[in-house]
Amino acid sequence: MNSLFPFHGGLKTVRHKAESNQRPIASGILPKRLVVPLHQHIGAIAKPLVQPGDRVLKGQRIGQADGYISAAVHAPTSGVVTAVDQQAVPHPSGLTDLCVSIEADGENRWIEREPVDYRRLHPSDLRNLARSAGVVGLGGAGFPSAVKLNLSGHCERLEQLILNGAECEPWMTCDDMIMRERADEIVAGIHILAHLLEPRDVLIGIEDDKPEAIAAMTVACAGTGYQVRPVPTHYPSGGVKQLTKLLTNKEAPLNGRSTDIGVQCFNVATAYTLHRAINFGEPVISRIVTVTGRVAQPQNIDALLGTAFADLVAQCGGYRDRVERLIMGGPMMGFALHGDEVPVTKATNCILAASAEELAPEQPAMPCIRCGACAEVCPADLLPQQLYWHARAREFDKAQDYHLFSCIECGCCSTVCPSHIPLVQFYRYAKNEIWAQEKEKQKAELARQRYQARLERLEREQKEREAKLRQKAPPRPAPVAEASEADQLPIEAAVARARPDRATAPADAPKPPVVVAADSAGQDG
Amino acid sequence: MRFRIATSPHILRDTSVGQVMCRVLYAMTPGVVALAWFFGWGVLVNLALATVVALTAETLVLVARGKPLALHLSDFSAVVTAWLLAAALPSLAPWWLTVLGVAFAIVVAKHLYGGLGYNPFNPAMVGYVVLLISFPREMSTWLIPHGIGQAHALSLPDTLEIIFGGAGRLVADGLTGATPLDLLRTQLGLGLTVTEIRNSPVFGIVSGGGWEWAALGFLAGGLWLVYTRAADWRIPAGMLGGLATIATVFYLVDPQHYAPPWFHVWSGAAIFGAFFIATDPVTASTTPRGRLIYGAGIGVLIYVIRTFGGYPDGVAFSVLLMNIVAPTIDLYTQPRVFGARGG
Repeated sequence: MNSLFPFHGGLKTVRHKAESNQRPIASGILPKRLVVPLHQHIGAIAKPLVQPGDRVLKGQRIGQADGYISAAVHAPTSGVVTAVDQQAVPHPSGLTDLCVSIEADGENRWIEREPVDYRRLHPSDLRNLARSAGVVGLGGAGFPSAVKLNLSGHCERLEQLILNGAECEPWMTCDDMIMRERADEIVAGIHILAHLLEPRDVLIGIEDDKPEAIAAMTVACAGTGYQVRPVPTHYPSGGVKQLTKLLTNKEAPLNGRSTDIGVQCFNVATAYTLHRAINFGEPVISRIVTVTGRVAQPQNIDALLGTAFADLVAQCGGYRDRVERLIMGGPMMGFALHGDEVPVTKATNCILAASAEELAPEQPAMPCIRCGACAEVCPADLLPQQLYWHARAREFDKAQDYHLFSCIECGCCSTVCPSHIPLVQFYRYAKNEIWAQEKEKQKAELARQRYQARLERLEREQKEREAKLRQKAPPRPAPVAEASEADQLPIEAAVARARPDRATAPADAPKPPVVVAADSAGQDG
Repeated sequence: MRFRIATSPHILRDTSVGQVMCRVLYAMTPGVVALAWFFGWGVLVNLALATVVALTAETLVLVARGKPLALHLSDFSAVVTAWLLAAALPSLAPWWLTVLGVAFAIVVAKHLYGGLGYNPFNPAMVGYVVLLISFPREMSTWLIPHGIGQAHALSLPDTLEIIFGGAGRLVADGLTGATPLDLLRTQLGLGLTVTEIRNSPVFGIVSGGGWEWAALGFLAGGLWLVYTRAADWRIPAGMLGGLATIATVFYLVDPQHYAPPWFHVWSGAAIFGAFFIATDPVTASTTPRGRLIYGAGIGVLIYVIRTFGGYPDGVAFSVLLMNIVAPTIDLYTQPRVFGARGG
């Protein structure tokens, strides 16, 4: 019953967990200024609800979820909004995004918090509550949880609810620590998830290099029927698809979702925030961040969203030695940042300050020797060397034939490549190119449809106008008839003169409306 | 504070093309030592000469192609090609044979197709086949292994004189003889049975005297290569399995006319080819199932060429023939992608 089902490929990686999991979770200092990005999740950016000069309270909504796949954003502390503008955010591109800057008043005054009894709420109200509390997946992707809590249309009945506490990325220990210290609250969150989703089983997957977390969760789950399942420490066991396979032997279908196979998966920290949001009325305004690597005191900090990375590093005693690379996330899938003046977001699970000693410098790429080491470690059973070949040659159709979009960008292939080819980077490039092409195609299709609709509308209007004219004609027959009679005579005469030379004239007749339409369509464009 | 930008993953395993190639060279050592023991200094002279020629040719082509020299010379791929070809040459092959073969392998078979990673055919085997077709006499003049019959060890100066001075003396001295596979082939043609032929002194315990020890050396190195994952086990397993299977079938049909499977597996270049030549990843199939099929194809072709073809051994031709179909094998043996239903 408790058997595991190993997935293909994967790696044993360096661990480096002990650096940051020796100290308890520290609460983050309250910085003077917080820069809260309005886009901390997958989906539409939240609509700003505040203006510069507004006073805000801790937990006050400053950004409203815009649409179904979106999430609200809240003020992490009380203070004054100083700006709503573009600021640097932690993103691989180094681009800016819309943020609300708040000058903290130091009082930390909360809004009115309204805990609710989730058992008495309608599921859709509960989901809306999660959405407006800004609950998103805290594993790093930041997908709005409310969407995942709605099963309608995806599966009849959820068989397994999986809580992801695998945390397979090296260095990262934020999930480890939250499970050790707040296991009861995680379980309280699981109660809410289970209430909404009504799964047959609740499985909590934790990599076996976290015995303390496993013990704490086992104690907290006693008597609930939730099963804590240690899984082997083998990257990327924390990938949703891989963890699902490990625990249930089910594979999410190609181009499908995990709900298609009756499985839904949440990060353990997400369950914790859901519990705080529903049972305490506290929206998501902080998260636990691992600050590790070359800092004086590596540790986990319960940091307010919007705190600058530099402030967290300072709280950990500053950088040690020469830090070459600053990474948000783990070393396998995280991205390098240009600078540390960027704010913590809901996706910031780890800040890794690394020197050349920890992370070998990039090496010049050699040609692919087709050794197949990449295919051996690919947890998606792809042929990375073929994908690389086609991505490089810009043969995106062929790359898709080799299931490019099944790639989860875990980085195993690049790690083992003896030719040091940045394989994952090639797949990202190919995916982006394909998305761009799709968008282009959609745009063109939309433009064509609009143009078609416009033509039809103009034609219809023309007909209506003619019909109206015909209707209007009878009430005043005499003058119209005279006038037209008088007008027509010279016209007919002219037509008669022209006819012998211009035999094609009648065929040209229906053309004018089209020409008019085309002209004005250009203006609309 | 500004930091360096790099793309994920940020941790890389300590591996490189040079490391993989060096492992191949280390793994060849026991087999080469055994060859040198039985066939004299010539083996080592060939190896040294081939290495010098390969590195020279590689350097010249890299310069001509405007490629960074240090990066590409340190991948040791040219040295591997040189060693593979040199180990397959007769130990007293005239110097120009080695030079020609290696130069052709590096310049034509490797770089004219785009260099490392782009050549569709195994360069060492292309070089070998060019020599075999162009200079059949020189390519089949093998020294009788040390310790068999009256053969005696040649000194290093004598070896150098023969290699660089001319092979005239060699034949006159009666130092050369037919290889076991050659003998088997010609004698079977004369109507003798396998048992009768195997009474000849050139045969040892399993296959050819001397040859079988070299095969053992290459097997040891090859297994280490597989153990360190520098070579995929599927290719040698497929190849030796394929060879053994077809040999068994014919052996069971008529044991007096067809040599036993263990003889075939242990003879000629079969083991050397299985672990060192067929496993060249650039020209082999890359999918797991494909590699088994690719290996098995080579094994079967070797048997067909040895038994029914015009050459005593057929590793080089078999490898090149399977190089042709490797891309097609890859196309039809793609693994089941995670989440895809059925096969």
